[in-house]
Order: sequence, then C-alpha cells, then structure tokens
Amino acid sequence: MRPLAGSAADWVGLTILLPFAGFLVNGALAFLAPRARRAVSVVGVGSVAAAFAVAVAVWSAVAGAHPAEPYVRTLWSWIPVGDLQVNAALQVDQLSVVMLLVVTGVSSLIHVFSIGYMRDDPGYARYFAYLNLFVAFMVVLVLGASFPVMFIGWEGVGLCSYLLIGFWFEEKEKADAGFKAFLVNRIGDFGFLVAMFLIFSHLGSLDFREVFARAPQALVPGGGTVTAIALFLFMGCVGKSAQIPLYVWLPDAMAGPTPVSALIHAATMVTAGVYLVARSNVLFAMSPTASAIVAGVGALTALFAATIGLKQWDIKKVLAYSTVSQLGYMFVGVGVGAYAAGIFHLVTHAFFKALLFLGAGSVIHVLHRAYHHTHREADAQDMRNMGGLMAYLPWTSRVMWVATLAIAGIPPLAGFFSKDEILGAAFARGAAAPFYYVVWLFGLAAALLTAFYMTRLMLYTFHGPNRTGDLERPHLAEAPWVMTWPLVVLAALTVLGGALNLPHVGTLHRWLEPVTERSAALLPNLAPSTGLEVTLMLLAAAIGVGGIWLATRMLKPASLTTPERAPAETGFAKLLLEKYRVDELYAAVIVRPVVWLSRVVLWKGLDAGVIDTAGVNGSAAVARGLGWIGSRLQTGQVGTYVFFFVVGALAVLAALLR
Amino acid sequence: MLLGPSLAVSAILFSLGVVGVLLRRNAIVIFMCIELMLNAVNLTFVALSQRLGLDGQVFVFFVMTVAAAEAAVGLAIVIAVYRHRDTVNLQNINLLRG
Repeated sequence: MRPLAGSAADWVGLTILLPFAGFLVNGALAFLAPRARRAVSVVGVGSVAAAFAVAVAVWSAVAGAHPAEPYVRTLWSWIPVGDLQVNAALQVDQLSVVMLLVVTGVSSLIHVFSIGYMRDDPGYARYFAYLNLFVAFMVVLVLGASFPVMFIGWEGVGLCSYLLIGFWFEEKEKADAGFKAFLVNRIGDFGFLVAMFLIFSHLGSLDFREVFARAPQALVPGGGTVTAIALFLFMGCVGKSAQIPLYVWLPDAMAGPTPVSALIHAATMVTAGVYLVARSNVLFAMSPTASAIVAGVGALTALFAATIGLKQWDIKKVLAYSTVSQLGYMFVGVGVGAYAAGIFHLVTHAFFKALLFLGAGSVIHVLHRAYHHTHREADAQDMRNMGGLMAYLPWTSRVMWVATLAIAGIPPLAGFFSKDEILGAAFARGAAAPFYYVVWLFGLAAALLTAFYMTRLMLYTFHGPNRTGDLERPHLAEAPWVMTWPLVVLAALTVLGGALNLPHVGTLHRWLEPVTERSAALLPNLAPSTGLEVTLMLLAAAIGVGGIWLATRMLKPASLTTPERAPAETGFAKLLLEKYRVDELYAAVIVRPVVWLSRVVLWKGLDAGVIDTAGVNGSAAVARGLGWIGSRLQTGQVGTYVFFFVVGALAVLAALLR
Repeated sequence: MLLGPSLAVSAILFSLGVVGVLLRRNAIVIFMCIELMLNAVNLTFVALSQRLGLDGQVFVFFVMTVAAAEAAVGLAIVIAVYRHRDTVNLQNINLLRG
C-alpha cells in the first residue's frame, strides 16, 4: 500500500530538524561565544550537510519506490477547527524530493563558501544562525503537505530573507532594503492567503492531495472560481519570486552578504513561487486565463529585467536583474503548462546562478580585501573598479565563464537545455493560441540580452586592463580554497545539469509525471515535431552565440574608466541605468500617497484630530462638564438636599400610585 | 373602625413634618419635625395593625427605639456643631458645598 512507509522517507523530518537545531546552537553561540568561529562553522555547515545526506537517502527511497501517490508523513494535528483539519504533515513525492535535493545541496555548498566570505565579520555566529534557520524554513516550504504548512515555510523564509538582507543593519540603506523586501512580500502574501480562503471555501480542504484530487470535479474548468484561486496564488508568487510589478525588492536585496544573495535571492527562496505554481499545476491547468497571465507576466519580466541588466555597474545588481529575468523564464515554463521544464530551469538556474553569485562574491571579497589593505574608500562591487581580474583570480574567472555560457544558453551546458525546453513549449502552445508566439518572442529577445549582459559582466570584470588601483593591485589574489571549491562543484553541476532532462530522454520530465499527470490530462498535447524542435534549438543556440558575439564587438573594456571619471549617461541608456525609474514611480504613485495618507489624514487628521481631540480629550471635557454641573447641585445646604429628596420620593410615590 | 380618620391624621402629621423640614432653618426644629414624621408613620402602623395583624404594633416599638437612639446621636451632633460655630442655623452650615 505505502511502499515508502518504513523507508528513509519516514526520516524526512530530520531535514528540517537538523538545520533548525543548527540555528538554535548557533543562535546560542552568537550570544554566549561570538568568537567561537570553529564551532559555529562545524555546526552551521555540518547540520546542513547532514540534512543533505538525509535528503539523498529520501531521494533514493523515492527513486526505488517511484510511488504514484505522494507519501504524506503526518507528524501531529495542527489546526483542528470544525471542518478545517490541518495536520503538520510533510509530503514526499517526486517534486518535493527534487526541491529538497536542490535546497539542501546548494545550501551546503554556500554554507561552505560562507566560512571564507564571512570570516572576519563580527556577526559570524549570527550569520550562520540565520542561514541555518533559512534552510529549515525553506525545507518546510518544499515539504509541506498542505497550503498552510507551506505558508509557514513561505513566511519563515521571508523572515530570514529580511534578517539577512539587513544583516549589516548599522547602515540605514541596508536595513531599509530588508524592510522594503518584507513590505513588498506582504502584498504577495495577502494574495496567497486569499487563495487559501477561496480554496477552503470551495473545496473544503487545504491538503494538497485532497485539493488537487477534488478540484477537477468540484470546480468548473476555466471558470471564474478556479481562475481567481490561481491568480491569487500567482499574486503570492509575484511577490516572492520578484515578478512585475513586485520585483523591486530583489535588486535592493543585494544589500545582504553575497552568499545570501546566492542562496536566498537566486537559488532557492525566490524560486518558491515557481515551485508553488508547479505544485498547484492542476489549478493552473484548469484555468487557461490564469496560465496565460502567468506566462505573459513571466515573459514581460524576463525581457524587462534583462534590459535593465544591460546598464548596471554593480556586479551584484546585474546578477539580481538577471535572476529576475530568469525567474520570468521559469514562469513562462509553468505558465505554458511545461511544469517539468519550469522545474528543470529552476534546478539548472540554482546551479549556475549560485555559481555566478558566489563567483561575484569571491571577486568582491578579493577587492574588498585589497581596498581594506590600503584603507581606500572605493566600491568593491562596481565593475568599473575591476577589469583584468582573470590574471589574479584564475579559478573564479574560469568557473564564472562556465556559468556565463550556461546562462547564455550555449550547448551542451545546463542552461541551454532548460531554457530551450521552455521556449520550445511556449512555441508549441502558440499553435493553439497565437498569444504564446509573443511570449516565445519575448523569451527569445530576453535570451539575446541575457547573453549580452552576462558577457558584458565578464568582459568588464575579468578582461581588459585592471582599474582597481595601482596601490591595491599587489593585494589581488585568489580567494581561499574554502571559497573556491564550492565554485568548482557548482561548475561541474552546471556542466552536467543538462543531463537531467535531455530532449527526447526527459529524465526529469518522466520523474515528475506522477505529480503533473492530472494537469497533463487537462492540457492539449502539443509536442513540436522533431524538425521544428531542432530548428528551435539551433535558433536558441544561435541567439546565445549572437549575444556573446555582439557584446565582444560592441563593448570596449579598454576604454572604461573608474566611476569617478565616468561620463554621464544620456537618453535611453540613462533610463536603463536608472532602472526605468520604477522605484521613483512607485514612490510617487504608492509610497508618497500612502505616507501622506498616514501622516496627514490618519495621524494628524484621524489620530491627533478625531481620536485625540474628540475622543480622548473630548470625553474628558464632557466628564469635566458633567462634574461641574453635578458639583453645582452640591450646595452644602441640607435644605436643598431634602427638597430634592422629597421631590424624588413624591415622584416614586406618583409612579407607584399610577 | 376609625381607620380612615386615623390615616388622615397621620398623613396630615407627616406632611406637616415634611413642610417643617423643608422650610425651617433651625436644626433643633428640623429635628423635631423629623420626630413628627416618625410618629406619623407610627400612627399609620398602629391604625393598620387592626387589619393586618400585630406586626405593625411591634414595628412601632422598633421605630421608637431607633428614634430614641437617633435623638441621642442627633442632639449630640447639634451640640457639637453649636460649640464649633455658635449657631444651629443650617443655612450657615454648608461644609458639603461642591
């Protein structure tokens, strides 16, 4: 009946417990022994690596059984209220195991990298405590067997994201960035909550298994209800996964330490939205409108963010916009119904984007160290302060080139296969609805820009003359081995990751079939012909190569100057540099009116005006007035008292005799 | 038997007491008016006990006892006030004014 019961899958809870225990220990160490770096490293890395080992065991159990139904491990009854029965339960199936492996695996590597990157930080123990807590919540998110349990993880990773973005909270800018991420995510979480209410009111359950089993019968396919549910769910995804219009928090989130950007804001947390759509594939497949909106928003975001990435100078900002753009790709994938392709891109993106961020972290670390030596105040993240670093950081530059080629979609690296599969699926859907041709075109254009801006990043960082400074140059040297070997592992995964889901073999696709079969029955089967597929593949590869070629032809790293001497940008380039002024637009349209409303209407008007004046002081004045009237009655003349007493007695008598 | 006239007399006595309390200023006189009201009530009790049993008679004794106690305390207070203020005119005694 349940082949997974009694296997390693029963121990899946350990993948949450271990990092959480790591959080508790490191949290205690942060208070008691902040200098115990060795203990913190062992606990921090060890707990996550052990979680990864458990994840591998769970994966092998699932691979052995390959169950058609998810295995749900119920831990305890969590919310038993009338019809609402929510268990604290973990779901082990093909999809959650893939996510579990990616989350714990990439986390382990990034934890190792952090040992080197954060070595001299006074908040070392606090950093690892937060990072462990993040892993625990992320695992709750991917393993939760119902929407509320997933929501706990969803909110938990949001909290950790906030804590880690504002890790260096002494700088107001960075604390503000964390605040912004938290606030923007609240908007999306509101949608998630509404979707949960709708699901419960229409389907009477919040468990994944029951919701997805009942939905095809209980809801009208393409009807308003299922569309509303799917769109509210997607609203949550838009916040968490940084899509238009809520993407603005992610570039600012780069204020956190670079390994955090790699782990939370590239590889794992921000892909939670994609996971949610893939998890709820039945609901999205039932609503073509919602799916089209998902794909449309994804395509728009992919292109929009890619254009901004063209003009950024901060190496992390380029990667941040690249992440937003790649997340757009994933939503195109899950939007066109290619759920396996979306998850495939999620996995490969986790590899190469984590690699890119860690590589950038390595560069920043080295530059920061050099500037620290000479006590010069310069931006260690600005690419105009880099250049020619290949000679000083040979390993970093090599692995980053691998990742760049992967994200640009050069075969046979991982990014080529996953991106191609999404674009191919979008093109195939175009045969049924021409709208998807537009989506495909957007994706293709974004692919060209991706290849361009990534090559730009590499050229400006690693090639051409060095602009770091004459005094600093002797201090440039490769980062310690503890930072380089995670990069090499990720590079290997980036090279080999494509093998997960080769065209026509489709290992991952078949692996995920038990999860996606219900939605597959709802969607038209639009596999492109082999000839068309090969054409599309060649086109995608040509686009990637074209982008790189264009970048090498158009950009002149040799003529680049340091930021102090850079000429002012004009025209469209200026607009791109200023990120289309979207933040300013939001500030003018939303933030300032809200602040004005809060300050002038709610505070000065309602709070100080109505509540304070009329409410608090007003009622006091009324009481004082009444008291004054009452005190006038107290003449001190016994006669008066007696008079009123008699009048009262007569009144009572009159009332009684009536 | 004589119930109506008895009650009428007690009502008149009571009203006289009330009017006295309301109109007079001298504490002693007011005090006497209160006694008048108490005795009007006593008369009512006695008159009605013809019909309603001996309870009323018993109650009269209680009232007289309480009135005696009240007289003792009240007069003591009046004397105390007089010693302090050299007057028993209630118009001049208004410590309770708000």
